[in-house]
Amino acid sequence: MAEKSIEIIGLTKKYGEYVAVDNLTLSVEKGEIFGLLGPNGAGKSTTILMLLGLTEIDSGSVKVCGIDSSKYPLEVKRKVGYLPEDVGFYTDYTGLQNLMYVARLNNIPIEEAQKTALETLDEVGLTEAKDKKVASYSRGMRQRLGLADVLIKKPKVIILDEPTLGLDPEGVKKFLQLIVDLSRKKGITVLFSSHHLHQVQQLCDRVGIFVKGKLLAEGKISSLAEQLFSKNAHTLEGSVAETEKTSLSMKELAQKMEEMEGVAQVQMHDGRFVITSKKDMSVPVSRLVVNSGYGLHSLSKKEYGLDDIYHQYFQEEKQI
Amino acid sequence: MKSTLLKSGIDRLNTIIKIPSFNFPTNPFRFLRKETAENDRSLVLSPFKAMVQKEITDHITNWRFIILFAIITLACLGTLFSTLSDGMKVLVNNNSENNFFFLNLFTKSDGTLPPYFVFVGFLGPLFGISLGFDAISSEQNRGTLSRILAQPVPRDSILNAKFLAGIIVISLMFFTLSFLVMGSGLIAIGIPPTAEEFMRIIVYTILSIVYVSFWLNLSILFSVRFRQPATSALSGIAVWLFFTIFYPMIANLIIKGYEPSQYASPKAIYFYQKLKFYLVQIMPNELFDEITSAILVPSVRSLGPLTMEQMQGAIPSSLPLGQSILLVWPQFTGLIALTLLCFLLSYILFMKREIRSRG
Repeated sequence: MAEKSIEIIGLTKKYGEYVAVDNLTLSVEKGEIFGLLGPNGAGKSTTILMLLGLTEIDSGSVKVCGIDSSKYPLEVKRKVGYLPEDVGFYTDYTGLQNLMYVARLNNIPIEEAQKTALETLDEVGLTEAKDKKVASYSRGMRQRLGLADVLIKKPKVIILDEPTLGLDPEGVKKFLQLIVDLSRKKGITVLFSSHHLHQVQQLCDRVGIFVKGKLLAEGKISSLAEQLFSKNAHTLEGSVAETEKTSLSMKELAQKMEEMEGVAQVQMHDGRFVITSKKDMSVPVSRLVVNSGYGLHSLSKKEYGLDDIYHQYFQEEKQI
Repeated sequence: MKSTLLKSGIDRLNTIIKIPSFNFPTNPFRFLRKETAENDRSLVLSPFKAMVQKEITDHITNWRFIILFAIITLACLGTLFSTLSDGMKVLVNNNSENNFFFLNLFTKSDGTLPPYFVFVGFLGPLFGISLGFDAISSEQNRGTLSRILAQPVPRDSILNAKFLAGIIVISLMFFTLSFLVMGSGLIAIGIPPTAEEFMRIIVYTILSIVYVSFWLNLSILFSVRFRQPATSALSGIAVWLFFTIFYPMIANLIIKGYEPSQYASPKAIYFYQKLKFYLVQIMPNELFDEITSAILVPSVRSLGPLTMEQMQGAIPSSLPLGQSILLVWPQFTGLIALTLLCFLLSYILFMKREIRSRG
């Protein structure tokens, strides 16, 4: 069994009557990139704050690198680098000065800190801007400086809270690549919180979907799809057109499709149809369409991405 | 090896001398040093020192501080020169029987400008408020608070660093001003202050630092409580205005109600006087005024009402410094208590708070 970097058991946090995090149990293994995915206000940030001991825990326990965060927050903070969403810097100071300050707060000897600061600035590609005041930094540069700020203390675990917010697509790509490289190279555990599906999909080994303080599902993206769509895991999309041989009306065709074994639902509109089913129905469906005298324009099997998983969860959430 | 050692006596002697000289003076010292470097205390202190240093740098390079410092310096020097230009020589002559004319530099003026101590009493609170009103809220608004608190520093060290840096800056300023006034007075009058006068001025300076640090703490408390720096600055100024303008009015109203008639019993008059005295004792500025008068005017013998009995047999002379300090000890304690109260409240508010990145 691999070493656990983050272990959360039965974590609960309430704000008055409102339950922000509800009996959360989660563990992240060492060296893993874990994506915490959820809409705004789902309790992602609150969970992260509790990991760092920045807010009180109502019940449950949080352990980071085997240390209890609520009892020994300082020990945890020594090992964890945290990049808050919309990170702030002392704008009157240069990037290097900001880094040096953090290094001193971590009690790194000055000479060593200077060396590490320059190295990390180089790693995040800010060497040229190191002597400029942070006030003149662009959004992307600040975010990269934030990453340098996290890296300077040589953390074992990095927690990133919506780090790509406000970055342009190219910036996001570079930033994510940087994180992946660092994690793989140094074996750092990364907890990545976001509501951007695609970024999480690109980056993370495992994903936890977090809605209203609860972890709805957890696992690899592929296994999540299976978990979720086990009932009607297959979807066919296609379009048909009437020909002179057509023997059935569109409605009747739809009905026939629905009558087929394994089909759960058929939506037909203007010759376009979507079929959800328990098993792969592409062959019988196409046979039916052709036998009915329709021309089959297109038929495609749909692959599930995180998008669908996400939306599916929201649908379920609404129904509840 | 052994045989060679035994062979020559000089060698033996050398080894005997060498061993203690090698072991004793250097090794234990190094050993201690190494241990202190790994000590827990130094681990906590070094980041704290960095924070205090940063705060002091921030204060000193801040325009707000520079402007206020310039105002206070100009006001004090203006007073000093107007006092020195003509009034001082008269004062020196008038007070020739009084040994403490050097203190007059701080307490008297020729009337065109208020004296030094009034400026300190008036601008000191403003100074304290301006140093602290955005201490925590600005960190929060810039989003740096969560970043700093994600570092392995205890949460209270932020408050402590802010407070300590403020006190250091205030002390620096007040000592500068006091010495400036003393120095220029020395040049102008040509008579050096006596040791007692010097000590009184130092004590006065220290007590004014305590006074300003009360206002500093109050404004830090507001900065913890209020997210908007403007709100916290205004609250600080509101408290200050309340104590300098409104509270005396309210106290007056209450006292008026208890005013005894001319023919009232001595007990009633005594009660009235006590009430008058105690009602103003919760005002920090009143406490400081009393401290100022007792320390800078050595002939002040009592701050509250005195009965004739207490006055009986008193020799009309000035008090020694020790007695003056004793006289203001309750006021001094009161100021410290108010300061600590503010500090305590900021602690309570800050320690349990949830630190979000912004807002």
